[in-house]
Amino acid sequence: MEHIRTTKVEQVKLLDRFSTSNKSLTGTLYLTATHLLFIDAHQKETWILHHHIASVEKLALTTSGCPLVIQCKNFRTVHFIVPRERDCHDIYNSLLQLSKQAKYEDLYAFSYNPKQNDAERLQGWELIDLAEEYQRMGVPNSNWQLSDANRDYKICETYPRELYVPRIASKPIIVGSSKFRSKGRFPVLSYYHQSKEAAICRCSQPLSGFSARCLEDEHLLQAISKANPANRYMYVMDTRPRHRVQSWWATQKDIGRIIVRISSKIWNDEKIRESDEKKRLNAMANRAAGKGYENEDNYSNIRFQFVGIENIHVMRSSLQKLLEVNGTKGLSVNDFYSGLESSGWLRHIKAVMDAAIFLAKAIAAESASVLVHCSDGWDRTSQVCSLGSLLLDPYYRTIRGFMVLIEKDWISFGHKFSERCGHLDGDPKEVSPVFTQFLECVWHLTEQFPQAFEFNEAFLLQIHEHIHSCQFGNFIGNCQKEREELKLKEKTYSLWPFLLDDQKKYLNPLYGSQSQKSAVLEPNTVSFNFKFWRNMFHQFDRTLHPRQSVFNIIMNMNEQNKQLETDIKDLESQIKQRKNKQTDGILSKELLNSVRPESPALKATLSLKEQTLLPVNDVLRTIEGSSPADNRYSEYADEFSKAEPAVVSLEYGVARMTC
Amino acid sequence: MVLCTLARRFVGPLGTIIIKCKDFRIIQLDIPGMEECLNIASSIEALSTLDSITLMYPFFYRPMFEVVEDGWHSFLPEQEFELYSSAISEWRLSYVNQEFAVCPSYPPAVTVPKAIDDDALRKVAAFRHGGRFPVLSYYHKKNGMVIMRSGQPLTGTNGRRCKEDEKLINATLRAGKRGYIIDTRPLNVAQQARAKGGGFEQEAHYPQWRRIHKSIERYHILQESLIKLVESCNDQTQNMDRWLSKLEASNWLTHIKEILTTACLAAQCLDREGASILIHGTEGTDSTLQVTSLAQIILEPRSRTIRGFEALIEREWLQAGHPFQQRCAQSAYCNSKQKWESPVFLLFLDCVWQILRQFPCSFEFNENFLIMLFEHAYASQFGTFLGNNESERCKLKLQQKTMSLWSWVNRPSELSKLTNPLFEANNLVIWPSVAPQSLQLWEGIFLRWNRSSKYLDEAYEEMVNIIEYNKQLQAKVNLLRRQLAELETEDGVQESP
Repeated sequence: MEHIRTTKVEQVKLLDRFSTSNKSLTGTLYLTATHLLFIDAHQKETWILHHHIASVEKLALTTSGCPLVIQCKNFRTVHFIVPRERDCHDIYNSLLQLSKQAKYEDLYAFSYNPKQNDAERLQGWELIDLAEEYQRMGVPNSNWQLSDANRDYKICETYPRELYVPRIASKPIIVGSSKFRSKGRFPVLSYYHQSKEAAICRCSQPLSGFSARCLEDEHLLQAISKANPANRYMYVMDTRPRHRVQSWWATQKDIGRIIVRISSKIWNDEKIRESDEKKRLNAMANRAAGKGYENEDNYSNIRFQFVGIENIHVMRSSLQKLLEVNGTKGLSVNDFYSGLESSGWLRHIKAVMDAAIFLAKAIAAESASVLVHCSDGWDRTSQVCSLGSLLLDPYYRTIRGFMVLIEKDWISFGHKFSERCGHLDGDPKEVSPVFTQFLECVWHLTEQFPQAFEFNEAFLLQIHEHIHSCQFGNFIGNCQKEREELKLKEKTYSLWPFLLDDQKKYLNPLYGSQSQKSAVLEPNTVSFNFKFWRNMFHQFDRTLHPRQSVFNIIMNMNEQNKQLETDIKDLESQIKQRKNKQTDGILSKELLNSVRPESPALKATLSLKEQTLLPVNDVLRTIEGSSPADNRYSEYADEFSKAEPAVVSLEYGVARMTC
Repeated sequence: MVLCTLARRFVGPLGTIIIKCKDFRIIQLDIPGMEECLNIASSIEALSTLDSITLMYPFFYRPMFEVVEDGWHSFLPEQEFELYSSAISEWRLSYVNQEFAVCPSYPPAVTVPKAIDDDALRKVAAFRHGGRFPVLSYYHKKNGMVIMRSGQPLTGTNGRRCKEDEKLINATLRAGKRGYIIDTRPLNVAQQARAKGGGFEQEAHYPQWRRIHKSIERYHILQESLIKLVESCNDQTQNMDRWLSKLEASNWLTHIKEILTTACLAAQCLDREGASILIHGTEGTDSTLQVTSLAQIILEPRSRTIRGFEALIEREWLQAGHPFQQRCAQSAYCNSKQKWESPVFLLFLDCVWQILRQFPCSFEFNENFLIMLFEHAYASQFGTFLGNNESERCKLKLQQKTMSLWSWVNRPSELSKLTNPLFEANNLVIWPSVAPQSLQLWEGIFLRWNRSSKYLDEAYEEMVNIIEYNKQLQAKVNLLRRQLAELETEDGVQESP
């Protein structure tokens, strides 16, 4: 490739990220068209996909060489020292180019070839079928129908072609409503709860301005509420929090005065709780700018609820702060916790979770339908709708169901994966860890309900890996229309069949207790239940991990149990055979000979099993990082361990997967 | 005895008693009738603040179980010494403290270098705080290096020295080898201690030893830390920022990190540097014991078994004179002015829990075992944790008058609840990570009464089921294989003629 000037540099040092004494491994660095590869003296390989690189930094030249720091989107951080500055500069420039592609066609997925034929590839893409999913939920039915209004993406470019709407909502109503909603994202069905007959719907904010109202939009909301025979009363959830109202007031005094008038009117409304007041003012501010929230007077049977999830920019800088804190060398406990606090990361996670719980409760306890929106309805709305459905429906807690959920609420409804994950060299202000937060919320649920999920943490980490890897076509592009134009189904592969093939790795061995499997999950969001997700943010920092994993051992034991069960069946049938033969007494020699050859072979496989099963356990139980050099006890620890060969294990299975 | 504080409140005729327990539980009793309420409250108060130890529960407790093995004789110093004796030619058991005259907080039998006679020990005792002359705490079989512990040397401002002390600790060094002295106090604190007659070993007088200062907090600082932490854990309504800032402000995890780091450092000196070490703080009864016992957990596989851990508690905490009576008199709900209450032992247990979490297969016991020890250290029907040292325990005649905790625990029915199903003996040294990201709040203790653990308990049960099932299957496979092999040989016999 034209960007690569140097393909191989020798005598490169890989520094231990947390060591205070600059402990390092020496090895060779290779640059390929898709990966950066480091092979150390022990032949241990570290693969870094170019698309995973979030930033490359060349630090000031030191006596030992030129430092190159690479931060990855999967939270791997590597610190190389390249002996010659020119090599370092070449690699730096190449990585800058390779990590930020200008065109979709240059992404890895378009060249990745897992050796499948076209039929297999197409089959892979057809694995998840959303029409099937809506059928599973029970739509279309007497109240909900498939609308063809958006069949050619004419009404809304960022929605999928197939949309489900109330049966009584006619096409003119839909068109009218879409004109009133930002980006044409009118209210549509996201999840239908069959037994409660209640629906989760989603849309974007209304362009209501001050007095403008839209009769069609009001009709559509009425139709949604009428489509629920169980409860006519419905909720509209605005997922946005209070804004910086104060600064806005200072500059917009005139509009401010109008708002005072409106808000004083709201004050008199006894339905309104005080805590909602500030959130309302914020939406009010939005409304003054021509965007905002629904005027309650114009919509009957509707309860408006504000939940405070911050916008993508707040989330981006929150993650940035979090990464700064946990990347610090020699971090103290107090700095860690004050950094965790000031980053606000866990507060944001809790906000998303609380919103999803509100949504699930409205449906499960009140049988009320809920319409969820934020500004454009593709970030916070996706978080809340998908997490709410996950709490309500155990299907989404299975491996396959979780894939369906992501396809439905994220991919098809136009969460802008390419922009949010920065797949291409674009506006850095569009990048935001919205989907990462969703995965983290799910992880928190798996911590509280260890038996409710068919999948394990590795599954979440692997999905996170691939939203950034651009190895598969699923997450490329920002909406379905764009994906069709890119002909992703013809030119790239789908991730899901590959994950299903590897299912064993992602199974939760404890899954299956009836009480947790089928129930609506009611997580407790008291603050102390939210913890720092070490295995996500320090996925590649092995020294910080527990040295023995209960989870892996139980997972293996579960596998082993299955194997043992079949072994027992085999053995029992063999014994039976033999016994029968013995009781038969007289056997012709030919018959004996014909049976004979079987048994040594069987014995061989059995003894093989004995050998393969046990070492797996041994490997799992081996103590990793039994060298104190891995840990930072004190300034003395470093002084002591000069002769110690440093053990830096950066490989974690995932990197290998992607090559 | 379980009680920490008690509050009364009246609303009309209904009285309410709020009992805050030492295990952090809070119980509210609503009692109709003001008089009854007042009577009950004052009875509880009187019973929980008994003047004399001999009126406490252990002296009246009548066990309802059969004693299989008397716990008072389970871990005798002689037996413990014998475990080492094969490897030890340089050490001996000394009875210089038989009458508790040399050191009131030491047991009658202590292990000291063979080359040092009892007279010299008496002289050294006069030079060390509380008479706590250096004694053997741990012998590392792998390389013969040792951990010793003591009280601070009484050098005072004019730099007093004691030839016998120097001889004693040098006697533990191999020719040409250096050792490390780990002082659990920061240098400036150790320097200040000189004004009060204490101090630290001067390089000039101990040229073969290198001193390392760490800073492990003591007394009321730890007690305040515990009070803050528990208060924060009990507040369910606080928002995320407040919770995180209170967790930080409690400093509890900072103490955990500091103690673990020092223990790792000690273990590192022994195992990696091949050097012997002496550990002390001021008295040598608190932070010193945290470090010596945790270093053994890291280094010594035996101390990770149930019996080995019990022996460790007996040796390094009870015999070594950790003043349980004083330290555990009150827990998190009582900010008394007496300065000797301190969760030193709880911090130790928390550190063990942190290592257990990182090496979940290397311990024979589970979390419940640690929680059980915490409860009994603070309030118990058994005599084990009464008194501040062996001398006091002898005077109270605990062995005759009370039951030992170990008699109760070491019965199969109890042990089954405390055993770790994942345990597989691991003879390696286990190095825990001490990074803040690797340390966690011990929810089993601090959030125990504030959260529902139903789902977690169910998951644990499921895990145990899988392990049990695995054992059954393996046994069955082996049985069937044997059967098949027998049948095959029978066939062979039939076939061969």
